[in-house]
Amino acid sequence: MHFAFTPEQEQFRDAVRRFLRDRSPPAEVRRLMDDERGHDPGVWRQMCQELGLGALHVPEGRGGQGFSVTELGIAFEEMGRALLCAPYLSSVLATTAIAEACGADEAEQIVSGIAVGEQLAALALTEANGRWDAGGVELIADGDRLSGSKTHVIDGHVAYLLIVAARALGSTGEEGISLYLVAADAPGITRRSLTTLDPTRKLARIDFANVEARCISSDAAPALRRTLDIACVAVACELVGVAEALLESAVDYAKLRMQFGRAVGSFQAIKHKCADLLLEVELAKSAARYAAEAATEGDPDLPALASLAKATASDAAMRAARECIQIHGGIGFTWDNDTHLWFKRAKSGEALFGTPAWHRERLMQCWEV
Amino acid sequence: MSETASADPSADSVRREVRQWLEANWDPNEDLVAWRNLLADSGWGMPVWPRQWHGRDLPQALAPVVDEEFARLGAVGVAKTGIRLLAAATLLEHGSDAHKARFLRRILTGEDTWCQLFSEPGSGSDLAGATTRADRHGDHFLVNGQKVWTTSAHHADYGLLLARTDWDVPKHQGLTYFVLDMHQEGVDVRPLKQMNGHASFNQVFFTDAVVPAENLVSAVGNGWQVAITTLMHERRGADGLRGVQRERDLPGRIYEQEREEIAVALEPYKWYPQRAGRVDLVLERAQATGRNTDPATRQEIAKLLTMARSAEWTARRARAAQQQGRPQGPEGSLGKLASSNIARQASHVHTLIAGANAMLAGEDGDLNGLIAEILVSVPATSIAGGTDEIQRNIIAERVLGLPKEPRMDTGPFRDVKRN
Repeated sequence: MHFAFTPEQEQFRDAVRRFLRDRSPPAEVRRLMDDERGHDPGVWRQMCQELGLGALHVPEGRGGQGFSVTELGIAFEEMGRALLCAPYLSSVLATTAIAEACGADEAEQIVSGIAVGEQLAALALTEANGRWDAGGVELIADGDRLSGSKTHVIDGHVAYLLIVAARALGSTGEEGISLYLVAADAPGITRRSLTTLDPTRKLARIDFANVEARCISSDAAPALRRTLDIACVAVACELVGVAEALLESAVDYAKLRMQFGRAVGSFQAIKHKCADLLLEVELAKSAARYAAEAATEGDPDLPALASLAKATASDAAMRAARECIQIHGGIGFTWDNDTHLWFKRAKSGEALFGTPAWHRERLMQCWEV
Repeated sequence: MSETASADPSADSVRREVRQWLEANWDPNEDLVAWRNLLADSGWGMPVWPRQWHGRDLPQALAPVVDEEFARLGAVGVAKTGIRLLAAATLLEHGSDAHKARFLRRILTGEDTWCQLFSEPGSGSDLAGATTRADRHGDHFLVNGQKVWTTSAHHADYGLLLARTDWDVPKHQGLTYFVLDMHQEGVDVRPLKQMNGHASFNQVFFTDAVVPAENLVSAVGNGWQVAITTLMHERRGADGLRGVQRERDLPGRIYEQEREEIAVALEPYKWYPQRAGRVDLVLERAQATGRNTDPATRQEIAKLLTMARSAEWTARRARAAQQQGRPQGPEGSLGKLASSNIARQASHVHTLIAGANAMLAGEDGDLNGLIAEILVSVPATSIAGGTDEIQRNIIAERVLGLPKEPRMDTGPFRDVKRN
């Protein structure tokens, strides 16, 4: 297990950070959060083609860049820090599911289109019951016909390819779960953008009425489990980046803001908040990076470590968001101040793929407590 | 001495040399003090110390080579328990040649025990606010006042004393650093019983205790700088438990004598594992009591294990960065605060698991009172060695760069509000 990044990994982080500083400043985040698509297609293509961020961690033989989840984690930390508005999480879900579920040739063909930034793809998993696992799938596959509804589909409103988790008639639990591939403009599909608490991450509801689709895996539960573990690690890293950005903003403001003739950051009430926050953020960073390394090294304990990382990173991000607003005082509650943008990403990230309490319970089950 | 002696020797040559010397001299049936005198003469006991003072001027990086050779033969080293090495490091840096000649050898042989007379009832976190006074009377000083939290004072031969010699200058400038002979009428040592029933520390009362002027370690008024040296070495871990973790079961007179020394040194620390919260017991206890089926308890256990694992990974990140020669990030300064949080959460979880039995202690308590000892020992963690609040100040100011608070104690010490 590595506890430090290689010089190449540090260079990669610098490259992503420079790119995002240039292309995703807060003004651009504000422009894109009001944009219906929610991202800039030109910037996304550039990210895919220049930085390889479309399918970074997918093996080259399956259409990806052949880097590891460690590099993916680095990219996600930086994306969270910059609050990037782009279809990167949806791409991780889609490319991981395809790489895990399909044969190499088919995966290579589908993933390479996503990797160059030409095609957007979305994994349609969650339904009205709000579950993020194969066992929660209720949408029915009757032969090659899909009927049912998906919701909370990340970038589902703009994706061209939909990867749909469906259940064979009469099956229960994780049995009978398949993945289907279908173009989003196929007859019988209706899509609606949902109004999201976090306007920087777009979600959609997608209804399927007897839609013809192509089955790419008929025993998809293991692929979905692995996909969600990787996605949890990625989001944990993103939330670490979110938390770091919020902590830095809070500390910078505490140094500048004068009250009672001194910087508010000289009061222990504020100092101690910041110190506690730094501790929580650093612990979360360690957990997220450890989980990413575990995924890279094929550690069988990944499900537990992914849950540990997701729970601790979303708790840290939310604490950072709350304290950042508190330290800013009244100005922190205004629309014009940027804090709420990161607050909303943290809040939405708390619920995404399961709440911290849900992940802690899963951790206990994984460790057979 | 040859011209090239000052060049750094190689690891191989050091290994050869120490191995040869040990093979010629090591004898497990030797008397402990006699053996350590041999170590002090040869320089192999503290090889990084100066040649002139019982060392061999070895660079720090080669010290592990010597340790390895000692371990290979099971050879006993110099006395390292208690605060001996803090005292030695301070004297090496600030003491006169007379001090070094008089004290260092008997520190290494273990014949003398030392204690640190810094903390006072009125100055805990604010160590420089000490009010124990030392007043000059010709060729000696008379000491009056009280120290507290003094480990080993009840059997110490000497104390490192920080006392106020000038009340009319700012507080850091009025302190002086002495070596005090503990065996005298004016020194009264009393055990300090803690809330967990143990008495690991002492209170030390001074009534006209005498310190000859030759025992000044600092110039008069310059004691704070010397105290910083002691504290820096303490922070680097040169104190207490270092070097005494191993238990020797080997036969031989010297091992028997060393075991006795270690037992005395460790006695005050026997509850320390409990004060850290005993995270290691949690899963076993949860399963044995059936509390592992309670969803609320499971959540708290998960939080505890998450904190403990994340803190361990954070420490490993800090070490990895250090090994790569990178500047230490914030992860290096957070360990103590993390330990406090972990201890507190562990105590909370042990309470949830024990249920009604959390009301019992001693033989009636769970694990023969061990759980109760955890519950009443954990509060020490967030105080000892720098309170959580001081740790947060340090992190906020040194790591995050937040401004210091305005000070109320910069004028003459006489006018500073104090206890």
